[in-house]
Amino acid sequence: MNMLDFITKLLAATLAMGTSLAYATVGEVYTQKTGILNLGMEGIMLMGALAGFSTAFNTGNLYLALMMAMLVGGFFSLIHAFLCITMRANQVPAGLAITMFGTGLANFLGERLGPASNGYNLTGMNIPDKFSNIAIPFLSDIPIIGALFDVSLLTYALYILIPFAWFFMYKTKHGMVVRAVGENPRTAASMGISVTRIRYVYTVIGGMLAGLGGACLSLSFTPSWNEGMTSGKGWIVIALVIFSTWNPGRVVIGTLVFGGITSLQFSLQAAGLKMVIPSQFLGFSPYLITLVALAAMTIINQKKRGSFASPSALGTSFAIDDK
Amino acid sequence: MKKSIVLLLIMLLATSFVFAQGAKEATVSADAPLKVGVIYISPPGDMGYSYMHDQGTIAMEEHFGDKVEVIRMEGIPENESSERVMENLIDEGCKIIFANSYNYQQYMLNVAERYPDVYFEHCSGYLSADNMSNYFGRMYQMRYLSGIIAAEMSSSGKIGFVGAYNTPEVVRGINAFTLGARAVNPDATVTVVWTNTWFDPSLERQGSVALLDQGCDVIAQHQDTTEPAKAAIERGKYAIGYNADFRKIVGDDHVLVSPMWNWGNYMIPAVQSALDGTWESQSYWGGLEDEMIHLSPLSPLVPEAVADEVMSVQDKIHDGEWDVFWGELKDNTGSLRQNTGEKMNDEAMLTMDWFVEGVVGSV
Repeated sequence: MNMLDFITKLLAATLAMGTSLAYATVGEVYTQKTGILNLGMEGIMLMGALAGFSTAFNTGNLYLALMMAMLVGGFFSLIHAFLCITMRANQVPAGLAITMFGTGLANFLGERLGPASNGYNLTGMNIPDKFSNIAIPFLSDIPIIGALFDVSLLTYALYILIPFAWFFMYKTKHGMVVRAVGENPRTAASMGISVTRIRYVYTVIGGMLAGLGGACLSLSFTPSWNEGMTSGKGWIVIALVIFSTWNPGRVVIGTLVFGGITSLQFSLQAAGLKMVIPSQFLGFSPYLITLVALAAMTIINQKKRGSFASPSALGTSFAIDDK
Repeated sequence: MKKSIVLLLIMLLATSFVFAQGAKEATVSADAPLKVGVIYISPPGDMGYSYMHDQGTIAMEEHFGDKVEVIRMEGIPENESSERVMENLIDEGCKIIFANSYNYQQYMLNVAERYPDVYFEHCSGYLSADNMSNYFGRMYQMRYLSGIIAAEMSSSGKIGFVGAYNTPEVVRGINAFTLGARAVNPDATVTVVWTNTWFDPSLERQGSVALLDQGCDVIAQHQDTTEPAKAAIERGKYAIGYNADFRKIVGDDHVLVSPMWNWGNYMIPAVQSALDGTWESQSYWGGLEDEMIHLSPLSPLVPEAVADEVMSVQDKIHDGEWDVFWGELKDNTGSLRQNTGEKMNDEAMLTMDWFVEGVVGSV
């Protein structure tokens, strides 16, 4: 196998796996930009995976399945928003509770939404159709970048979503409002912006994208339902947000790096090459990179103030009558 | 008036004690069912490892009918909390307890020391005590047979194997699989990809995809989900299942065969001996002769000649004429590990940490 072919296939594998991460990360970036930390991603993604799969299984309609996944994801983040914004609860335990509730409920329902013939279990069931790869003629034959043009519809949609998310955040007036709410909610409020409303909206949108990310797994990448099938992706998302320095555009880099390490590790093993990276390294490497990124950000920020910093009001609650 | 009400209440209370006492005695009478506790690492809904254990438990329940009463504990983590779970089962009256995963063994041993009157059955470990047995099956025999099928069906001679962890159990399985493959095609290779997880649908699939990208046309696995097999089938390649009958689950004849467990064949005699009062501690490693393991029905895509070949080897193993790790063995760096005519003992098999010739990869 030649080098070009190797890299092309590596990129294809990275894109297939990274799609789910990218949706959820863009969602969490928007949520955190308004100052709300949602650690419930793991639970929300799993609920999205379940909602998507069970809808597709019972109706055969993939688009309805995507909508259900987004609806369920939005609902779960609405709970988080209510706790953190209206009730002004501490965002860390609230998010952890969402993760525990979401994973528990998803696993519970997964044993009850299946067909009677399988003991009402969804595990082991197959959906009639899935989001398969669609190759664009000619473009998909180009070495390396051809991999970008032989992906599923869900990945193609990302090519639009990520630039849009970046443009919206940094080049529109509304995006500035979003950032202002996360940086200094008091000032934003004094300018007549409803901090509560903005935070609610983007926490829910973040959850909808996380639900969609979960559905990417159960409807496209690994078309099935398995208990705990997100297996920690929700936590990688939290790390990816930091790695992307809260910039939806940089999510692309983060996803490619994180997904690429995993794919490279498998490709090297499968090619029978001596391991460059020990395989145990795989599991914790995303978090290690995050630690390095955090340290690097601090150093850069000291020199060039604020360019890579987290939203100043991240994790804090806000009420108009706060003294 | 008040006094009489108090008196009445006291009398009621006293009589209720008598009734309660009576009820308690009834549960320990001779024909009360034997309570059996079963602890699973994952919910049986996983369609994998714990599912097959539960099939064994169900077979045991059906065999004994109302002579036994089973209490299932699902998704129990392999830590100190499993000791509490075992003690709860004992409080509920369980006289024999099964636990199905490797890392329960130390916790089970601790509890076994505290409760000498209860029988403990641990699956897949090596620790035992006067009142604690360990048990497992010689799955490697089925791996060998599935390796024959894989090599016969492969046109490239390149076979992929998605492995979870490099434990002796998995390494032994890969070695047996490779020996089976090379028995029918001496040029066949088995390329191994480690995922470092028993269960992660995404990683399992990625491992399989990487192998397929490198030209493997049959994918075997020691993982808990069907994802490695599904990735192969989606590309029109073949797959070998594990644990449960993947051909039924996935619904595609490209799944050629699945090595499977029969846990009921151990659980039934174990519970019988507990009922009879003849239970004894043992280290049990059952094979084909005890039907602890078996192959799923073969896919119709497997030619009859290959099926016959597999059956004839299976008969030889069954009758004890031959076993997988008998004869000359070389490792995949070329050094001789076992001479012609030698038979590997159980201890060497249970601690295996090297790959046989033909495996591409490292332990």
